[in-house]
Amino acid sequence: MPDERGRYGAFGGRYVPETLMFALDQLEAAHKSALQDTAFQQELALLQRQYVGRPTPLYFAGRLTEHLGGARIYFKREDLAHTGAHKINNALGQCLLAKSMGKPRIIAETGAGQHGVATATAAALLGLECEVYMGSEDMERQRLNVFRMELLGARVIPVVSGSKTLKDAINEALRDWAANVERTHYVLGTVHGPHPFPVICREFQSIIGKEARSQILELEGRLPDLMIACVGGGSNALGLFNEFLQEDSIDFIGVEAGGKAITPGMHAARFAGGTLGMLQGAMSYVLQDENGLIGKTHSISAGLDYASVGPQHAWLYESGRVAYTHASDRETLDAFQLCSRLEGILPALESAHAIAEVMKRAPELSCDKLIVMNMSGRGDKDVEQAARFILTGEEP
Amino acid sequence: MNRIIRLFQELKERQESAFIPFITSGDPDLAMSEDIAVALAEAGADLIEYGVPFSDPIGDGVVIQEASLRALSQGVTLRKVLASVARIRERSDVPLMLFTYFNPVLVYGVEAFARDAAAAGADGILCVDLPPDDAEEYRKALRENGLSAVFLAAPTSTDERLPFIGEASDSFVYYISRLGVTGEQQALSEGLAESVARVRSLCGRPVAVGFGISTPEQARRVAEVAEGVVVGSAIVRLIAEYAGRPELLQEVRSFGKRLADAIKER
Repeated sequence: MPDERGRYGAFGGRYVPETLMFALDQLEAAHKSALQDTAFQQELALLQRQYVGRPTPLYFAGRLTEHLGGARIYFKREDLAHTGAHKINNALGQCLLAKSMGKPRIIAETGAGQHGVATATAAALLGLECEVYMGSEDMERQRLNVFRMELLGARVIPVVSGSKTLKDAINEALRDWAANVERTHYVLGTVHGPHPFPVICREFQSIIGKEARSQILELEGRLPDLMIACVGGGSNALGLFNEFLQEDSIDFIGVEAGGKAITPGMHAARFAGGTLGMLQGAMSYVLQDENGLIGKTHSISAGLDYASVGPQHAWLYESGRVAYTHASDRETLDAFQLCSRLEGILPALESAHAIAEVMKRAPELSCDKLIVMNMSGRGDKDVEQAARFILTGEEP
Repeated sequence: MNRIIRLFQELKERQESAFIPFITSGDPDLAMSEDIAVALAEAGADLIEYGVPFSDPIGDGVVIQEASLRALSQGVTLRKVLASVARIRERSDVPLMLFTYFNPVLVYGVEAFARDAAAAGADGILCVDLPPDDAEEYRKALRENGLSAVFLAAPTSTDERLPFIGEASDSFVYYISRLGVTGEQQALSEGLAESVARVRSLCGRPVAVGFGISTPEQARRVAEVAEGVVVGSAIVRLIAEYAGRPELLQEVRSFGKRLADAIKER
């Protein structure tokens, strides 16, 4: 846990204009009381079971294991959760929190659209008004997800400022929240942003690791040796890892977006090219220039394409508890295809980064070792894009 | 004594309010920003708020965001803004405050920044996204270099927070008169006199009101209830409108004069 000011060592904190300080205090109090409130917890648990479809399976990837010829590989199947990714865990929890605070309006940011769809879904379920900020360039690239959110009753607001992508959508959502804070809750989609967002999001995602623990114990009678997840903001990784961080016998690897190359503007690997900085409310590692201006990023996967990373990850990196690496666009596309062919699972391009790392690690480990990887989302959303790269040979 | 602290003392004796124009440094270019700052001082500005352009200005509305982007696209950096402050200081004694986001300061190095800003001739710093809670090192660096730390107060700031904000701000408190971001608005927030009185009494500091003041008439009414009146987006919009035209300076000077006159006549 962070300290009472939301700090993990030098990372985290609450760097926002004064207008938002009250809302963050209020949110922190609501979250604390929700943790103690059995009625809240029961409602959440019921919806997780009946609506989201939890627990998601822990699946033994036998053909991939055989193909790689090393450690036994398990996928935690968050791709099978309602709306096709782990994002629903946080969106549903935060929309319930908004209801408990008496706020009738929800706003969210989205990059590729997964968090936007999850939030629009939870808002529809709970009868909340929902508006989603999305960069105009992302809207163009993800037209189907825009329509999906609209079908769910949300209004998608194009963001035309800055680079017109995720980072700018977050800026715009923060501005909206500052103006409408009295009746609006901002459902931030990852373990980033000002305290208490990183803690709240991690707590709602930690069900992934809690389920995985009892599942691996049931299937294998012991804990895994290695856990792997992709890291954009880092919510699926912390959702899986957090439950196990105290277990000294387990190694952890977070996989960032290596993009085309580790040169400025061509990737989103914060631990490979980032430095200490403060972006959008939290102190962390940031891809930026020597003047503190936020740098451009690139990844084949929109969900990992962000200039900063959750503050707890920055802390886990510095303490060495989690190792961070990156997978390139090319390695990711190879993993995407291998997993589809061998397992009949189309992974999200985000999750395919984790698979790329599994492909490197598994063969180095003996066949009595266990790897658990988070299959954070399904790849249906990425099929059209992948087709362009695979069929026409277009560069990612 | 620090120019900003002295300014508010003198204005109090004269029973006047401060006219505080905001401009984005580097829009349309640094040399013109310097001319504009000097022209505004000559038109009656008491304190210049000199905005440091940033790539992700979460506290600003569209007018100032776009001004920031124009400045950044010409390569304006914090380092260049400090050099610009030094050039303004050669031409004018007007009190000057930097209005910035925290990340450029953090990357510059908080101590080095305070030292260089003071050496350039700046008098105070307002960091939009740095509340006093996480600002110990920053406040110490400013204090050691004779710079005034100014923090924001908002309509949502609680009775518990306001004294803390007042204590951290050593010259005045910058009150965001409405929720949201910078920008112009048609009507002033209702109950402004009461809100400003509450902030003044709980902070124990003079109060300057900003966010949304765009006409001389609005400025005059705010001057009746507050020790300072900040006008930002309306001036920045005027600069954008006349950028590249020979009448730019004259237009800004004349708008500044109307604002200053309105504020002083309260």
